[in-house]
Amino acid sequence: MSTHREPPPRSESGLPLALAITDVRVAFGGTVALDGASLAVRPGTVHALLGENGAGKTTLMRVAFGLVAPDAGTMHRAGVPYAPRTPREAIAAGLGMVFQHFSLVPAMTVAENIALGGSGAFDPQREARRVRALAERTGLAIDPTLRIAEASIGMQQRSEILKALSRDASVLMLDEPTAVLAPQDAAELLQWVRRFARDGRAVVLVTHRLQDALAVSDDITVLRRGRTVLADAAERLDEGALARAMVGEASIQVDVPRVAADADRTKPVALRARGVSAIDATGRTRVDDVDLDVHAGEVLGVAAIEGEGQHELLRLLAGRLRPSRGSLERPPVVAFVPEDRHRDAVVLDATLTENFALRELGTRRGRMPWSALAAQTTTAIDAFDVRAPGADVAMRTLSGGNQQKFVLARELADRPPALVIENPTRGLDIRAADAVRAAIRRAADDGTAVVVHSGDLDELLLMADRVVVMTRGRLLPVTRDRDTIARAMIGTAPSARTA
Amino acid sequence: MTPARRAGIACVAAIGGVGALALLLAVFGYSPADGLLAFWRGSVGTSYALWSATLVRAIPLSLAGLGVALAIRGGRLNVGAEGQLLAGATAGALVAQLLGAVEGGTATGGGMSAALTTPIVLIAGALAGAAWASVAAWLRERFGVLEVISTIMLNFIAVHLVGALVRGVLQEPTRVYPQSATLAAAARLPVLVPTTRLHAGALLAITLAALLWWTLRYTALGFRVRVVGESAAAAASAGGIDVARVAVMSFAVSGALAGLAGAVEYAGVTYALYENLSPGYGYTAIAVALLARLNPLWVIASGVLFGALQAGGAAMQRDAGVPATLVQMIEAILIIAIVLVDRASRRRAAEAGT
Repeated sequence: MSTHREPPPRSESGLPLALAITDVRVAFGGTVALDGASLAVRPGTVHALLGENGAGKTTLMRVAFGLVAPDAGTMHRAGVPYAPRTPREAIAAGLGMVFQHFSLVPAMTVAENIALGGSGAFDPQREARRVRALAERTGLAIDPTLRIAEASIGMQQRSEILKALSRDASVLMLDEPTAVLAPQDAAELLQWVRRFARDGRAVVLVTHRLQDALAVSDDITVLRRGRTVLADAAERLDEGALARAMVGEASIQVDVPRVAADADRTKPVALRARGVSAIDATGRTRVDDVDLDVHAGEVLGVAAIEGEGQHELLRLLAGRLRPSRGSLERPPVVAFVPEDRHRDAVVLDATLTENFALRELGTRRGRMPWSALAAQTTTAIDAFDVRAPGADVAMRTLSGGNQQKFVLARELADRPPALVIENPTRGLDIRAADAVRAAIRRAADDGTAVVVHSGDLDELLLMADRVVVMTRGRLLPVTRDRDTIARAMIGTAPSARTA
Repeated sequence: MTPARRAGIACVAAIGGVGALALLLAVFGYSPADGLLAFWRGSVGTSYALWSATLVRAIPLSLAGLGVALAIRGGRLNVGAEGQLLAGATAGALVAQLLGAVEGGTATGGGMSAALTTPIVLIAGALAGAAWASVAAWLRERFGVLEVISTIMLNFIAVHLVGALVRGVLQEPTRVYPQSATLAAAARLPVLVPTTRLHAGALLAITLAALLWWTLRYTALGFRVRVVGESAAAAASAGGIDVARVAVMSFAVSGALAGLAGAVEYAGVTYALYENLSPGYGYTAIAVALLARLNPLWVIASGVLFGALQAGGAAMQRDAGVPATLVQMIEAILIIAIVLVDRASRRRAAEAGT
């Protein structure tokens, strides 16, 4: 059943492999995370590591980076046996790692963050010069004096990459780097990855996006349930083959059934904003005089590149942020699924039942009806196909996709009149993403007014009945046409203000 | 964690503790045998030590420990239990004085009945502790002053305030000793077990531990406190909880429990207010809460353990001639050892669990 071949000790060119991982096994307690996982990275290539959530991609990277000691298996770096016990040893061997969750100090500048972990005296001016030179040499432009707290996600990621490069990484491992980026930033990053790999260095791109893998990589390895099930050159593979390898032979539904683009807008308005503005703590206007009606049963897509005020607009509509000006009409309870679910939507160390009970906890009185809540939780996780052994396990034990399905299940449990959802499928695999999109559509068909923002424009078009574009805090109504929307998002189409 | 595992940890900690104790005594030139014997006899080795020393000390440690545990559950570190405890004792003495429920006072022969005076003294202590803690909570919410800093400062203020009061308005009638008038016998907390010093405060501590455990586990109020402590962002966003309000409230109740510890100590043990009323109960309460893993029921067990430690330490000083400074050092080292063993075992358990 496995099409996996032993990685050759050397690449065809005769050079030793930049990084060779052979038959690694890792078990945490009783759970086997990796078993028979292999990866052969040739120098001068971009290597995509594909797999569903929970397939073991991140664990394999943690093994390579010295964060997890494998129970069995071998590793070689440039032909030499390699067994890092700490990230420090991995860095010394020329590896660099950028995780999905960045490890940057928000209060510090880009240069300070990059200097962290180095040695000797710290001289801000010299460090800034060094970072500027590094940025120039590597083609990753950045302002070294920018404070991380004020940097966009894209710039934070850039800082992480520069941090790795400042320690002379020649094998760069990036964990889902495009998941957090707006489409054009993602495209730019992937182009950079290609250039970087050219001169004998190598990049391991951990991703669940087939298109990214096929577009940018030379070789592709697919992990499924901790095992390498496919390893081949990208040119010999296509989306179908990769998808089959990732999820097994089960049929995959790529599209979601969607009603006509012009949804029924005769239904009552569930959310109404009139002249709404939001000014943040630093005095910047994030949402500027917005008028908006969202009708019951429609899915309204908010298209925007990063940091244009959509974050605040969604929170205003969800009742999680108070408007500085203007009036908002909304039902007393608005279901809300924020993008940072680990921080804002769930308590990782609490059980599923306790997380379910979070909803409307602020107004609950008296005793907690735990047994009734446990029953409701079980019903909800069944209805949304959340894969969990039971309602009493900790949220932390669920995969990212199941966590997101759980949050949706909770928020939609009592058919709320409105749902606000932000980057609903970020970091999820194909099947989980499909399930999430289908659940959103079902909610709308049941009469819920849905407002959705996704950094992925194609996904937004797939989901939304109607699209508005947000730039610099203002809303532009647009036609449902990909090109028009994309131009409006980056501000190159002033004539977009039509519909 | 299984009870067997807990028992195992306790054994390792105990053996390590005894070893460290013997070693320290030897290093400083005292007989380890005499010292250990005195420690044993003074803590749990005799029934008098158990009922009249260890358990009596466990009462304020448990009450203040409950307070510290509640604050941490709500996401705030209350290092100010010592000051809140002194505020509670002070309020208790002040109220007793005002009601004339002190020896030589107006109410000794009649006036307000003792059955009423004792609860009023305790309630005053709890309110004073809550008020003292609320200063820190307010500074945090209004100005962002970290409670770790403000509560320590409030501890110093409380100590010196007590010092000033017992030399001023609260000084006993003869004006000789720096302490308040003695609480009238009728207003004292009753002794639970005849011929011992164990007083009704023990029942209060156990009842409040059970109540706090139940509240945290089974009520919306308690669940809000837990959620705010574990993830303030999720509490606000997903739960629609007023995080600041919950944090301030749980911090105030935390102070009330520490204040109650002070009033109970006054009404059950010392019967007078003076500067050294607490041998650092409020500080040890932090270790009590942490060792109990913030579980109110375990706080009682943990309080008894630390009560034994302090009673044994006092006996070493009294019966084996070990100087007080060395005893305090040994106590501190034992606390570190216990917390360390507990931490290490917890980390092992966590690694095995993931």
